[in-house]
Amino acid sequence: MSPAVDVKTLVIDGIDVSARADQTVLEVARENNIFIPTLCHLDGLSDVGACRLCLVEVKNSPKLFPACVLKVEEGMEVTTKSDRLLHYRQTILELLFAERNHVCSVCVTNNHCELQATAQSQGLTHVRLPYRSPRLGVDASNERFVADQNRCILCTRCVRVCDEIEGAHVWDVMGRGIDSMVITDLMQPWGESSCTRCGKCVNVCPTGALFDKTKVGSDHPKYPDFVPYLNMMREGR
Amino acid sequence: MNKIKLATVWLDGCSGCHMSFLDMDERLLELSSQFNLVYSPLVDFKDYPEMVDVALVEGAISSVEDEHKIQHIRKHTTLLVAMGDCAVTGNVPAMRNPFGPLPILERAYHENVSAQPQTPSVIVPALLEKVRPVHEFVSVDLYLPGCPPAADTFFTVITELLAGRIPDVASLTRFGA
Repeated sequence: MSPAVDVKTLVIDGIDVSARADQTVLEVARENNIFIPTLCHLDGLSDVGACRLCLVEVKNSPKLFPACVLKVEEGMEVTTKSDRLLHYRQTILELLFAERNHVCSVCVTNNHCELQATAQSQGLTHVRLPYRSPRLGVDASNERFVADQNRCILCTRCVRVCDEIEGAHVWDVMGRGIDSMVITDLMQPWGESSCTRCGKCVNVCPTGALFDKTKVGSDHPKYPDFVPYLNMMREGR
Repeated sequence: MNKIKLATVWLDGCSGCHMSFLDMDERLLELSSQFNLVYSPLVDFKDYPEMVDVALVEGAISSVEDEHKIQHIRKHTTLLVAMGDCAVTGNVPAMRNPFGPLPILERAYHENVSAQPQTPSVIVPALLEKVRPVHEFVSVDLYLPGCPPAADTFFTVITELLAGRIPDVASLTRFGA
């Protein structure tokens, strides 16, 4: 006999949907083919609500909620598309583009980048904010991979995959606010860190911030689909 | 029928957008019956006309000359299109921004020069401290990202503009496309 499942029913964009009580609004929306943009979320990793792109409206609340960490509730009425949400999503993307040096045309991840694709899907054709153009470093000390801080959006997927899946916890975040940087170990060069060279962080990185320098040319697709598969195998399903 | 007055402008870019524009190939013939190219690096008119209907501006604003030109163009243009990533984002020319113009001049006119290294101070315009996209100087009516925007994108956009419609650019192209 299977254990009793607590089922909730809710409404997303006017569509009646049902969900397990432990599911998030993002999971349920995607199960029902309702698209919500995300950058920090990745299937198989924990959610941290860092990028705020998945903000949704919930009826009777003036607040916006990040769908990736919003648990479903009975009778909830969620809106995932509105002019207000589009305005916020575009502004978030503009802030990301203005914060560091994302030069798509010369990026190894051009045409495989989630930031670039999300900007297009959200109708962003230009950035209204002045670019900060910070002077940031590139760590090429690892014999296989490069970390380019110019392209980092601080989604922390690398931090989470290294900790939760690889179990090495080499990556972490240092500094606060605009000075935040992903670092390896206690800010040792990547090549001298306790990195296992597994490459998981490179494949989950949504942009060109982490890339494989052993690949020739400028065409670097990423393959983040291994994470839920690994989880499934480990759980013996 | 009055033909549309079209201008194309080349500021700090590589002319790749103009090359992609030409890559419309025989479709240009079809379109050209509907516009007069009144100012462009592709033709020989020296002065920007009194009034232009549509101007396609390639390149970022990098020098005092670019800044002067774009102000003039804006005053004499009805619909200004930022054409390509340099005009829209700063793109490659703006990669000098974290360093400033001096190290760039040093590199180009001193480090890599064996005979009489000197930074030019006359004729060539002074560089701005930062390379900026066009819309940070003047209002832009349509943004056409891409490095360069594809010939198909140009064809769709110009066809729509000639028909008096504003195209949905995000469905056609993106940064770096």
